[in-house]
Amino acid sequence: MLDLSKYQSIGAALKDALEEFSNEVCLIEADRDREKERLTYREFKDRAHPLAKALADAGFAAGERASIIMTNQSKWLISAYAIFFAGGVLVPLDYKLTPDEQWQLLVHSGANVLITEYPIWRQLSAAAGRSAAADLRTVLVTEAPANADLGGARRWEEFRGSGEPSFVSRTRKDVACIVYSSGTGGRPKGCMMTHENYLEQCVALTSIYPFAPGVRYLSILPTNHAIDFMVGFFGPFICGAAVVHLRTLRPEFVREAFLKYKITYVSLVPLVLKNLQKGLEARFGELSPGKRRVFNAIVAVNKALTKSRPRLGLSRRLLKQVHEPFGGELRTIIVGGAFSEPETLQFFYDLGIPVANGYGLTEAGTAITVNDLRPFRADTVGKPLPGMEVRIVNANADGIGEVAVRSKTVMTGYLNEPELTSESIVDGWLLTGDLGRFDAAGHLQLFGRKKNMIVTEEGKNIYPEDIEAVFESLPVKEFCIFAANYIWPKRSMVGEQLLLALHLEPGQTYSEELRRDVSARNSKLLNYKRIHGVVLFDEEFPRTASLKIKRNVLAEQLGKLDRATAFLPL
Amino acid sequence: MRTLEQTTQEVLDLASKHFHVPPGSLAPEDDFFKKLGIDSLQTLEMLSRLENHFGIELPDYEVQGVSDFRTLASRIQSRL
Repeated sequence: MLDLSKYQSIGAALKDALEEFSNEVCLIEADRDREKERLTYREFKDRAHPLAKALADAGFAAGERASIIMTNQSKWLISAYAIFFAGGVLVPLDYKLTPDEQWQLLVHSGANVLITEYPIWRQLSAAAGRSAAADLRTVLVTEAPANADLGGARRWEEFRGSGEPSFVSRTRKDVACIVYSSGTGGRPKGCMMTHENYLEQCVALTSIYPFAPGVRYLSILPTNHAIDFMVGFFGPFICGAAVVHLRTLRPEFVREAFLKYKITYVSLVPLVLKNLQKGLEARFGELSPGKRRVFNAIVAVNKALTKSRPRLGLSRRLLKQVHEPFGGELRTIIVGGAFSEPETLQFFYDLGIPVANGYGLTEAGTAITVNDLRPFRADTVGKPLPGMEVRIVNANADGIGEVAVRSKTVMTGYLNEPELTSESIVDGWLLTGDLGRFDAAGHLQLFGRKKNMIVTEEGKNIYPEDIEAVFESLPVKEFCIFAANYIWPKRSMVGEQLLLALHLEPGQTYSEELRRDVSARNSKLLNYKRIHGVVLFDEEFPRTASLKIKRNVLAEQLGKLDRATAFLPL
Repeated sequence: MRTLEQTTQEVLDLASKHFHVPPGSLAPEDDFFKKLGIDSLQTLEMLSRLENHFGIELPDYEVQGVSDFRTLASRIQSRL
């Protein structure tokens, strides 16, 4: 692994990694059962440098912003490298957002360049939001059909400069990426992450989970997400490891990839991990009673022998039938994006498959705590990573309070949102809005949220303000969306729900017609953003002088209602 | 060559078989996440089954954001 203390920027470290590991395989891309691409670090450089040169030739200058909207694939990483090489700021956006949401963030970020896939561009270019993107000068699209109407874009494959590009250096304090932790609709939260944030986070993570040439990481979480950017791009590259991309993320092709590419690490969201658990449990359920007894006995032996630390070789021999379908070389499943249930984590650990659960926020530079597996603990999110100062603010009698973090990995702030930044980072401490406490062994345990938002099992952060637009003009006096646990605090990080608080007009009732209207609007939202129920409130919503709803005051008032009777499921 | 109506009906039949709901209980305009109570992973499994049935490949981007049977059927139809 490269010594990152010597580097000023992501781009400089990656540039050296391409030389250091030139003959190692860095990328494998498969589509279903077809392998589309296999690149060494040298071949990666041969692809990326002409792109970096063409960007520079097109006037892309240091500090300018370039966005990538792509599914996970080699061109994502090649493009990101070229942007860093040219001194640019990367704006990775979620390909699952709607075109209008993507335009909103492109405009907000001030992106000058957009690199995307042809099918995504087809939808983007037809959307109304395009007209607002005045800063956007260059659009590059990948894999466009021969006679396609490119709508003013250029082909990524043909956008190649000749001659060697000049590397544009950046300093540790310069912004490397603007990452949107949430915030379409209401108030986009563009986290300004510096080069130092990434360099320090990478040092901390690799001290516990080291990568090396020969390691193969299966990249499933979207690369725009902080976890995959670190564990599926920057981390493996500075260690000479390989990243495997799948263009089709169907369960059967993911299963095949484990076997075919002998995957060493993979990151998953809790929903997928739980699904894997269900699949394995169904398989075990098919065993005859006799075989099941033998299997359970072996699991018990494995559990006893791995109590203090994982023993991968031993577990693979003992539980061959479990490990072989995973390719036989899986070391750890990294789970993130949302809270994982302890029962699921324990299930995998008992089978000899450690799950690295942790806790983090995009704002804090990915991970804050992580389980070091010595010993494995399913009931906590682990200990703070090296370099992280974590404390509990305003703790109650049980020691539970808001988790606050201070570290070189914490963002410099939210783009164009100084007020929001000063509310979130106070005296150098990032206030996470999550409630937790430390146990005697120094492990962090989480107990719910203080902030008005939910995180789904798919790892999506949903802020109520972001989805209120679809309920505009609903025929009621006023409405407001809340996270149910924000109104009725609950010591839980799972099963979170959103609700719509309604204040009806005088004499109006919550009729079937109104319920249907709410439901129809709700179904226009992507499935994970939908509200789960309605709460009726018969008083005026408290408002500020500028007539904005005082959400915290209203939440307090709603909290006096009985959840069991007030919450009307949709 | 199937018509869009035929394709839609076959999609509904396959979905009801795959998720064990009575035939005829699903309608083209139904939101399959809501009606079947399924998550995005289960949707992917259903897609594989549909691909095998129709003998086509549906890239992930084609079904991005699709949540009703009618739109899903039209995406399939365009690849038949």
